[in-house]
Formats: sequence, structure tokens, C-alpha cells
Amino acid sequence: MAKKDLIGGELWEQYSSKVADRMNNPRNFGDLTEADAKKLGGRLVIANEGAESCGDTVRLFWIVDEKTHVIKKASFKSFGCGTAIAATDMMAEMCIGKTVDDAAKITNLDVEHALRDEVDKAAVPPQKMHCSVMAYEVIKRATSIYRNVDISTLDDANIVCECARVTLQTVEDAIRINDLKTVEDITDYTKAGAFCKSCIRPGGHEKRTHYLVDILARVRADIERERNPQKSAADDFAKLSVVKQIKAVEAALDEFVRPALARDGGGIELENITPAEDGSVQVHLSYQGSCKGCAGSVAGTLTFVEQTLRKEVSAKIRGVVV
Amino acid sequence: MERIYLDNNATTIVDPLVRDAMDPFYCHMYGNPNSLHSFGIEVRPYLHQAMEQLYLGLNAADEDDIVINSCATEGNNTVILGFYFNLLKDTRKKHIITTQLEHPCIRESCRFLEQHGVKVTYLAPDRDGMITAAAVKEALTDQTALVSVMWANNETGLILPIKDIAEVCKERGVYLHTDAVQAIGKIKVDLQDVPVDYLTFSAHKFHGPKGVGGLYIRNGVSLPPLLHGGEQMGGRRAGTVDVAGMVAMGKAMELANTHLPFENTEIRRLRDKLEDALLKMEDVMVVGKRELRTPNTVYVSIRGVEGEAMIWDLNQNGIAASTGSACASESLEASPILTAIGADRELAHTGVRLSLSRFTTEQEIDFTIYVISKAVARLRKMSTSY
Repeated sequence: MAKKDLIGGELWEQYSSKVADRMNNPRNFGDLTEADAKKLGGRLVIANEGAESCGDTVRLFWIVDEKTHVIKKASFKSFGCGTAIAATDMMAEMCIGKTVDDAAKITNLDVEHALRDEVDKAAVPPQKMHCSVMAYEVIKRATSIYRNVDISTLDDANIVCECARVTLQTVEDAIRINDLKTVEDITDYTKAGAFCKSCIRPGGHEKRTHYLVDILARVRADIERERNPQKSAADDFAKLSVVKQIKAVEAALDEFVRPALARDGGGIELENITPAEDGSVQVHLSYQGSCKGCAGSVAGTLTFVEQTLRKEVSAKIRGVVV
Repeated sequence: MERIYLDNNATTIVDPLVRDAMDPFYCHMYGNPNSLHSFGIEVRPYLHQAMEQLYLGLNAADEDDIVINSCATEGNNTVILGFYFNLLKDTRKKHIITTQLEHPCIRESCRFLEQHGVKVTYLAPDRDGMITAAAVKEALTDQTALVSVMWANNETGLILPIKDIAEVCKERGVYLHTDAVQAIGKIKVDLQDVPVDYLTFSAHKFHGPKGVGGLYIRNGVSLPPLLHGGEQMGGRRAGTVDVAGMVAMGKAMELANTHLPFENTEIRRLRDKLEDALLKMEDVMVVGKRELRTPNTVYVSIRGVEGEAMIWDLNQNGIAASTGSACASESLEASPILTAIGADRELAHTGVRLSLSRFTTEQEIDFTIYVISKAVARLRKMSTSY
């Protein structure tokens, strides 16, 4: 907090005039059809991203020349706020004339830069950066459809912060090299978490696979272990009786995990504990309530639960979802 | 561009008569009402007059207290935190019941107490968006010390059955607080008819100025102060009284009450006209039965149109409205009310609230209807989901 942060509430007045203009008069919206594709002698690609229940959806249309792989025409449709519409409009425009390979390299940061009025002044306020992320994701989706490959093959190596495009490796390195101890430090060093803040901890704007709090806890634990090897050797959780293991895990779930999940209407049950061949202990868990069947949350929640159990009970624990 | 203000549940214009009433206290009558000299003496009758207006406006008994403070957030914090020190901290009463519909100042005060061992039940609204007395009754336990339920909801305008809830609480000897911020000036608030123990309000929601509010405490009910210090407000709230603000709030309360019939006929008519026009469009839903809502509010969900995009378009045309869920907030929870009434998850981000006041004109409503229909057509044409 400081002088400039105390009033708050600023949002639309921080939009660049380009953002406002594209919200009011998007240049590239509407459907493209097979007929359009035929006319232009290209292939129609339609990609969808997002969900209305999350507040943002976007559909990207491309007509691609299959000989040169050049995008001859692009347009979009969007259910979202002004930033989402403006960013998607700009993104569609940036695709035109590029090859699919080159278009796939466009990121939300490129889109945001293109929307700036002045080179060094952000086009949208920090909390709106995530609205431009979908513009990037839908390009990836369109690319995977065009190339007929699974989208996961196009994934950047473990992006932690979508807004600032910071990878897991970058965050881990920053913590290690600079001996960082707080999430604020990570944000200062890497910009991860500086925008929509979803990647800081569970419960934010969007569900994420990695959270800065977990990465920090894990890397800090690793650093401590490396500095003090005796302590980790004393972790004899694997040798405890199953009853004692269950008690320890249940206690940690009650104290650290269930309250956090309950805030989102979810829950978790311990189903079984089994030893694994590599000396680790597998904790079998099942989701209850709103966690159940929410594919997006499974990975993120499991990471959270596993990290917590490793920190509070034993580093040998591996989480398994039943 | 002429501007149209349809966000009166957020705040209201200060009535010119209210402004006139407060003006002298910024000019020649600037005395501290606690002073012994003439500057203090000349101010005090105006504060007594404001008290008369407030007691009359809420039909409070002379033995009850209406403590003047800075806003409803202060009043609500005073009640919730006061309960901690009064009862929850040291007795076996450890439970508060409130609702998921409350203003953040209730929710966050309760969350703060949860960190100190207090149990809090946050009741979810039913499929009509309501909190019933039966739901409160069911949640009551031997440990419940306080129930806090708003009188009318800011988002939908739904009027909660606070009288029935008061009866349930009385039966069980549990204290009842109500946040009446959205009720005063829109519907009759009668403290003889509805026996709540605490009631909070804020002047700027009924054409008074920002920064002044009130906390009603029924006779015989205890509550420690939040602000300790001087003897103002009988020791219930220290701090020099905002004289101009208090006088203004008294006048605003008087005007609010004289305008209640107008609110219930003319403003209702304009609201209904707007609502009927919205409902004539396809795939439009209004939340809450019309007869159960404050007469000035309509909360509408327009399929395929994201809420913030809608208020952007309205703003481009000079019309002020607001969304249910702020897309810009860090947590993108769907509107609890849209979730509760079982609307499709797809609709959770489509809510737009329009709230009128006695200063709203028919021409403004007609223009708004025209702008909305144009904006809906534009945004639906762009939308992935329509």
C-alpha cells in the first residue's frame, strides 16, 4: 500500500484509447464459413476457448492457405468484458498474413503491447491482463486443430503465471538463486503474480496447476533439506503403522486442506494409504462436492493437497486421486 | 452528453433540500456541539431536530438509541465485533448466523471473528433468492448469539422476511441485527412493527451525503462501542459528531419517508416499464418476483451478453448501471444470487442491475430502453454464446 493505492477502483480509465476504440468498434468480429473459405481457396479453422461460467469465451475463425500455411483471413466472436473483446480483436488482426507457425508465437503480451498508446504504458490495468490470456490460448487451440495435433504438445513448459508468461523453471530458479522467502519477493523478481494474482494461491480468479505459495514451500523445503540433510533422513513416516499414518494424514487434512476446499464448496476423503516400491507412501484421495468432476481443478487441487501433506506430515507422501 | 444515473443502490444524489439544510454548518455555524459557548449552543438544537426526524422516520421508541456514525460499514462492524467482546469471547455462545447475501462488511467482520474461534453460518438463499425464517430457525443452535440478515438485498432488491425472522429470534432469545441500507427510503421501515435489536443504515443511500450513517440499538440491549474516546452519543460512539452530516441525514430521512408513496407508485411504475421492456426481448430473465422487491430495482440477466460489456455500452451512452459480479475483482465467483436461484452457470456473468430513484424521469427510462436494446443487439452479434 502507498499513496497511489489507497483510493483504488480505477479500471476503465486505465484502458488505452486503442482498447476503448476496439471495444466500441471491433474490426474483425463475426463468423467465417465454409463458403468464405472456398471463396478464398483456403481451409476453415474454428477454435473455441473458455467457458461462459468462468466469465469469458472466445471463438477464433481462420481461413488458412494449405500450401503456404498463411492465414488469409481471421475473425472472432467473444463473450467477455471490454478487454477480452479488444484483445481478441487485436489478436485476430495480428494473425492475418502470418503463417500458422508464426501466429502460434503470438502471446498475450504481444497483444497487450499492440494495444498500447504509448510504448511504456500498459494498455490495461494489471487485474485485466488475464482477459487477454484467452486471446493467446485460442491461437494455440486453432494451431492444434490446423496441425491436427494434441494441444498439450504446444504447451509451453509449465507456465505458472499466464499473464506475465513466467515458467515454473523461472520461478524455481529465482527462489534458489536469490534465496527468496516470500511470494512478494517472487513477484518482484519475476513479475509472476503481479497481474490477476490467480497464480499466487488457490481460490483466486482462475484455478491453476501451479501456485506460487506451493512452489515456494516446496523449493524452500528442498533448500532446507539440502542445507540440513540429517533432518530429512529422520523422516520415518513410511515405517509407521497404517493406523498412525491415517491419523497423521487425517489431522493434516482437517487442519490445512478441508477448510480451504470448503470455501469453494468442495471436500476430500482419505480412501487408503499404501507403500510404494520407491519408498514413498501413496495417499489415495477422493474428491467430494464441487471438487468432484471439475477436471480443471483436479490437477491443481491435488498439487495443493500433496504439497500440504508433504510439508505437514512427510516429504515421502505421493497423492493419488481415486 | 446528458447522463442518466441508474445506479442508485450504489449511492444517490444529495437532495437539494438536504444540501440547503447542511450548508450553514460549513459556514457560520461551525461550532463543536460539545462546546459550552455560544458556538456549541447554537448547533445543538439542530442535532436534536435531526434526532426527531430519525426517530420518527424509523418509528423508534424514545428509550431506544440511534447512534450517529460514519456509515453502515461502521455500524455493522460495531455490531459484529461488539458481539465478540460482549458474548462470544467468554461465554458458551459461540455462533453467529448470517447470509451469503450480505455486504462484505458483514462477511469480512464475521470471517475475522472466525479466526478468533467464533462459528459462523452463512445461509444460502433459496431458489427464489430469499432467506426464509424457517431457514434461520433451522440453523439456530443453543450456542447462537446473533443473527444478522439484511432487510433488502442490494443486488436484486428482494425484501427479506425480516419480521418473521425477528419472531423466530425472539422465540429463541437470540439477538437480531439487520442491515437496512437498501430498505430505508424504498419501503417502510418501522421498528415498532419489526422488533429487531440492531439496525444499521447509511445516509448516502437515501439522498443524504456520504460519510454519515446510523446504528439503532433497542432499549435494554447492550453493545460496547467500537470507537472509544469522548462522551459523544452517550459514550456509544466517540468522535466529534459530523454536524452537517447528521443534520443532512435527518432531513434526508424525513424526505425519504414523505416520498415513500411516490416511491411505491411512480418509481415502481417506471421500474416496471423498464422491466417490461427488458422482458420483451428474447432470453432475458429478471431475478426475483416483482412484488417481493424494492420498487426501484431490477436485476436482469441477458443471455449471451457479459455484464461488464453491457455496462460498458451503457456508459458509452451516458447511462450508469452496475454488474452483479465484478469481473475485475480478484476472485471471479459467480453471483451467489444467480447461483442460488439455479440459473444456468452460463448466466452467472450476465447480471446487470439498474436501480432508480425519485429523481429518475420517464424520458430517462425511455432512452435507457432504447440504448439497452441497441447494446444487446450489438453484443449478441459479437457473442460466442448467442
